[in-house]
Amino acid sequence: MNPQQNSRPYSNSERKQKIVVIGNGMAGARAAEEILSRQRDTVEVVIFGDEPYGNYNRILLSNVLTGSQDAKSIFLNPLSWYVENDVTLHAGVRVTAIDRENRRVCGTNGVSETYDTLLFATGSRPFVPPVEGVDKGGVFVFRTIDDCAHIADWAKNCETAVVLGGGLLGLEAARGLLTHGVDVTVLEAAPYLMPQQLDVEGGKILAQTMEAMGVRVLTSAKSVKVVGSSDVEGVLLADGTTLQCDMLVISCGIRANLELARESGLQTERGILVDDQMRTADPNVFAVGECVQHRGATYGLVAPLYEQARVVADVITGVNPNAGYHGSRLATKLKVMGVELASMGRMADAQQGDEIVTYSEPGHGVYKKIIVRGDKIVAGCLLGETDTASALMSLYEKNDDCPVRRADMLFGKASQAGGDDILTLADDALLCSCNQVTKAKVIEVIGQGKTSVLSIGGCTKAGTGCGGCRGLVQQCIEAFAGNVAPDPSANWYVPGVPMSKPELVAAIQAKGLKSVSAVYQALAGGKDDPASKPGLASLLKSLWHDEYIDERDSRYINDRVHANIQKDATFSVIPRMFGGITSADELRRIADVADKYNVPMVKVTGGQRIDLLGVKKEDLPAIWNELGMPSGHAYTKAFRTCKTCVGTEFCRYGVGDSTTLGVKFEKRFQGVEFPHKLKMAVSGCPRNCAEATVKDIGVVAIETGWEIVIGGAAGSRVRAADLLARVGTHDEAIRIVGRFMQYYRENAKYMERTAAFVERLGIEPIRDVIVNDTEGIGERLDREIQAAVDAYIDPWSEANEPVHPKQFNALIPLEPVLATSKR
Amino acid sequence: MGAPTLFTHTNPTTTTPFLSQPIEVCVGSLHNIPLGEGRAYRVGSETIAVFRQRNGKVFAIQNECPHRGGPLSEGILGAGSVICPFHAWKVNVETGECVSDPCTLRTYPVRLDGESIYLKVEA
Repeated sequence: MNPQQNSRPYSNSERKQKIVVIGNGMAGARAAEEILSRQRDTVEVVIFGDEPYGNYNRILLSNVLTGSQDAKSIFLNPLSWYVENDVTLHAGVRVTAIDRENRRVCGTNGVSETYDTLLFATGSRPFVPPVEGVDKGGVFVFRTIDDCAHIADWAKNCETAVVLGGGLLGLEAARGLLTHGVDVTVLEAAPYLMPQQLDVEGGKILAQTMEAMGVRVLTSAKSVKVVGSSDVEGVLLADGTTLQCDMLVISCGIRANLELARESGLQTERGILVDDQMRTADPNVFAVGECVQHRGATYGLVAPLYEQARVVADVITGVNPNAGYHGSRLATKLKVMGVELASMGRMADAQQGDEIVTYSEPGHGVYKKIIVRGDKIVAGCLLGETDTASALMSLYEKNDDCPVRRADMLFGKASQAGGDDILTLADDALLCSCNQVTKAKVIEVIGQGKTSVLSIGGCTKAGTGCGGCRGLVQQCIEAFAGNVAPDPSANWYVPGVPMSKPELVAAIQAKGLKSVSAVYQALAGGKDDPASKPGLASLLKSLWHDEYIDERDSRYINDRVHANIQKDATFSVIPRMFGGITSADELRRIADVADKYNVPMVKVTGGQRIDLLGVKKEDLPAIWNELGMPSGHAYTKAFRTCKTCVGTEFCRYGVGDSTTLGVKFEKRFQGVEFPHKLKMAVSGCPRNCAEATVKDIGVVAIETGWEIVIGGAAGSRVRAADLLARVGTHDEAIRIVGRFMQYYRENAKYMERTAAFVERLGIEPIRDVIVNDTEGIGERLDREIQAAVDAYIDPWSEANEPVHPKQFNALIPLEPVLATSKR
Repeated sequence: MGAPTLFTHTNPTTTTPFLSQPIEVCVGSLHNIPLGEGRAYRVGSETIAVFRQRNGKVFAIQNECPHRGGPLSEGILGAGSVICPFHAWKVNVETGECVSDPCTLRTYPVRLDGESIYLKVEA
């Protein structure tokens, strides 16, 4: 930490590249992380931060104010992170001067550092309007952890508060103050709330909703003076009225911190001017984050900041000197005081001649408006009901054409199967076609106290086939279970152990339970419920890895014999064909096996491989040996196959090498287990011949690289996958895909496909974790999936080493010696 | 595809045991059945699933699931029940009662002599 050690002159080429970052906020610290992940050994990173802490997630500050999150829990990089990564952090030191000629930065307390590369990440600060009296006691801004603490502290002795500014942050501050038992009034100078995201009507509807929650809203309210002696006592408005209050929180937007850049001679307007490489006019000086102006735009949301950090790290470390940031189309999903809001672009950008699609339902706080220009979405907002948000935001971000039937943008599938439908459905109508369960039967068991989809499935089988009717069963519960006592088993992870997943995991870990039978002994009084066995086995394996004690009786038959049981109790055998590519030699062996073992059907599958159907259990080991190909895992909850199209290898339209990437995916992830099966596809161009957009994970080549999409499905329901990320290279695609896989492994429920998983969590939160690494778990996820990859063993090797002598016997012949003895 | 020989016997609810004599048949060693699993045995014209539960109890029941003929011996066993591998019907292996349907499967008394399993069947 001694600055003197670092003040050697810049000349020795063997010396590490020294990068000095000014600003330890979300952008600065993220840039440092990105740099270290690329070039740990040849760079030295020094960070100045004027808050005396590590780096925290500012987005979550409103949760700290409401008390729903502890201040400690929002730290992204605690001080120990800097030590572990050899990053010198000058915490609480403000940079006072920069000598660009000698490449030196000077800070308070006499700290001084030379640099090879300088990175501005000075961020922004709250804008305080020039109103008389804002220096009085009890007037706060809302930007830092300390601000939160001061506001909460002052609120203890307050009855009334005014929030100046009806934007997102102001409303969050109002929510925070409500939880401290204070009467809150929000003042907005514009004629409506959230003028950045909404228009007049939407803003009015939001105001109604806010008022219903107990926040008073005054719009078109211009404050001219803060009144009071030493502490604030009220706010004088332009119309002459005075609003009494004991505290005032100012939330009037942000302004970039530019003084230091200006003083050191860098060009600034609303932000520090940078090119697509985030470089200022000085080739050794870069800038990222809220302090930046790029192509005329400034950004205050986290996603663009993180993208800028990746670009600047590529450029500074030389990993990709041509990396470029090309600006962001801003689309976000927010929760304002618990009200859902999705926003794209700015409503104010509407022009004459634009097509306006709106729906308004003020009584329920719902307002939707999309501005369309030439079939493209220019801007939009969904307030109060955001079921189409993911699809819309994807259209907006990709600048794709919006649907011809414009109403599809506003109303999701939910409205077609709304709450009323279940009531009009006849009693003898089938809810579950797979298991022939009628509405009347479901209502009957609801009356017996079964009030969860799981428990209803347990006694009627409804929803246990394709699962497509579970939404209807849920609606039935909502419509008919009003007076029925809730079923405590609804939250159990498996029906046979009375615990939710977190409780169960805690108990398993506390008691060191490593086998399914041990769990039953310790947690279920020794009763080994058969229906719960596979779920427990899956959980235990994910918790204990190679320490897990595998009891084969907990497996479904398919997983005992590594083949898929068929309707006549024969099995199907699908060997792996990486990326759907085979050879004459493999085909010859398959043909020989089919002949020798009288395989009744040889079929090409939808996953681009070959299925041998009607195989006897006893023949499985010999067939595997003679095929000489690894298992395709077509029988289990694991990575299945990666379908590909031929891409640039042969196709005239191909823009990416899809076959090579597909083979890489399949070689890497074969055998990795998941909460449910997982299918992939790689398409070599957006024509998407491999149908990647209806796979659990799909990858589609575009001119600039690859698009990774997740959560697609084409089974009992069809769902288009959501865009997770765009990347440049195969390696990046493999890293992002692996990271999502591990996240899904850890966070999905047992038997939850990615489509349901992505819908349950939302694509944006997933993208934040996987792509932007907002939780700081990215590297751990990478390590865990690598461990799963490394643990791969071809299950068909059990052909020669069966776990039990009778593993592959269906029928055991009677032993003649012992045969019959009459009694 | 050849006829599935495992499931050719008659519906158990219609058999008439009046003329038959119960005899005891040894189906072999307990260790032929992995712990906690089941295996099928052909005794005369019947296919019988024999289960070796983890708590040491051994059960014998008709192998054919009354729903769609799934081989119960390939199912998941526990707490005195087996779950059919075809469509997850649950059958009580001790009583033969079917959990989600009012039918009863044929069960066979079991006797263990050392490691040998004896089943009592109609001759």
